Amino acid sequence: MTRASGVSVAIPEVRPAAPRAPFDPEVVRRQFPIFRAARPKPLHYLDSAATSQKPDAVLAAMDRYYSTCNANIHRGIYGIAEEATAAYEDARRRVARFVNAASPRELIFTRNSTEAINLVAYAWGRSQIKAGDAIVLTEMEHHSNLVPWQILAQERGVELRFIPVTGGGELDLAALPGLLADGRVKLVGVVHISNVLGTVNPVAEIARQAHAAQALLLLDASQSVPHCPVDVQALGCDFMAFTGHKLLGPTGIGALWARRALLEAMPPFLGGGEMIREVKLAGSQWNELPWKFEAGTMAIAEAVGFGAAIDYLESLGMEHVFAHDKALAAATMERLREVPDLTILGPPAAKRGGVVAFTLGTIHPHDVATVLDDEGVAVRAGHHCAMPLHEKLGVPASARASFHCYTVPAEIDALVRGLHRARKVFAS
Amino acid sequence: MSGSEDLFREEILEHAKHPRRHGTLSDPDITFEDSNPLCGDRLRIDLHVKDGRIRDICFSGVGCSISQAAASMLCEEVEGKTLEEVKRLTRDDVLEMLGIELGPVRLKCGLLALKTLKAGVYGIHQWPGEDE
Ligand SMILES: Cc1ncc(COP(=O)(O)O)c(C=O)c1O
Repeated sequence: MTRASGVSVAIPEVRPAAPRAPFDPEVVRRQFPIFRAARPKPLHYLDSAATSQKPDAVLAAMDRYYSTCNANIHRGIYGIAEEATAAYEDARRRVARFVNAASPRELIFTRNSTEAINLVAYAWGRSQIKAGDAIVLTEMEHHSNLVPWQILAQERGVELRFIPVTGGGELDLAALPGLLADGRVKLVGVVHISNVLGTVNPVAEIARQAHAAQALLLLDASQSVPHCPVDVQALGCDFMAFTGHKLLGPTGIGALWARRALLEAMPPFLGGGEMIREVKLAGSQWNELPWKFEAGTMAIAEAVGFGAAIDYLESLGMEHVFAHDKALAAATMERLREVPDLTILGPPAAKRGGVVAFTLGTIHPHDVATVLDDEGVAVRAGHHCAMPLHEKLGVPASARASFHCYTVPAEIDALVRGLHRARKVFAS
Repeated sequence: MSGSEDLFREEILEHAKHPRRHGTLSDPDITFEDSNPLCGDRLRIDLHVKDGRIRDICFSGVGCSISQAAASMLCEEVEGKTLEEVKRLTRDDVLEMLGIELGPVRLKCGLLALKTLKAGVYGIHQWPGEDE
């Protein structure tokens, strides 16, 4: 069904090998229009954990889609509708292959990670979880992997249990066997890389213990799929959520990956067009996977952009992206030691990805961010949608610098300069 | 590089570093606490009221310089005023005290004190709410 066109690019059947040489971040940076835009002072964007910037290739792919074959998918019999359908399903194959899914049918497009997790909580949770069951989460979850389970817990009388976070910002795995011991746990939900601490959690080990206790594993991979190689089969997860906008892709598109047998057994999440095979007034038959979970017109252009973002990342090599992130985190932590009164949250550099959150004496993170903004440095200040974690760490809020492939060392210099200035402004 | 004056007026920094009326009152006639979940700011305001007039006012809590300075300035401003006068205070009054432009995010910090004070004075259930 793929026609000769500029959009439907045939995808290679094998996973492309990572380029052997690491990329040059200065070259990469020039491929992102936001860094080429003229502005009064240079932009030092250190908030990639909130959302990433987008390369030309992604914007061009979306533009090409709208300019050449915009049509609704899975419906039209005419040429551009078939092209649009091919482009959308092509994107699904790329995303599925990127995380080593066994089949593209296991890859459901959603709006974002939050919707992917809610899909699991509603479709799987409400059909499988009953009063008296328990769900294990961690104290470092983003609100999006906490609140959907709190809602379910309240509704069903389910107990939520939490793997504690140590003072050093790691999961206290010694507590896990105890949490699983009574056999009531149906699901373990864990964040792969913490969006606050940068901690890379030992997912494979958690999955092994969860499965031994007959529980499933849900992975919040919002901060890992965009930054490091992730293989759902090797990790042993059952559900995995991630989001396009942190992965150099557009907003409005994300994905749920789940094992096929689970998806087959789950009832639909949202009802409507496209998710059905046959509709009678008295009832309907569900469509097959993955469309059973994709009700209504999806974010087609965004899916195309998602696929293009993955091509772009694969051209850099995820191993290299992760090495770049880790090197920047290590360099940042080293440089931050020269700033008096600064406290870094979380584990040593060797155990984290490209995220460094900190507090600066008694200066409120909001004030730190305001001074940094004046220097053109964009950082996040607040609780980063992880209020329970901040409570555990005993700080109301923190400032956070986070990186991606386009981050360059000069931006760390600007950060350190700004922090020295913040100390001066707020010296009492 | 611009000076700190462009960012925070000296007066704001002065209030933030040395807040007036900082603390708590024993046996307050009115006490109200609110928070700004975005930045983790928390503010409590205690009042002694006699014959419909504010005799004493204190605030406590944690927050950024804008929210702390606004609380400090507002407490100074309303001491001795009647509750009716407090009810008539608007966001523009607070912004005028602060004397700087605030974007949509920091506006919430700047108005937390007013929101807390008015909710306390009205009693939360009677409070018509503040437009932002
Ligand atoms: C760890 C983690 N989980 C979930 C999310 C939610 O992502 P989204 O807002 O795209 O649903 C984020 C991003 O904010 C995150 O960092």
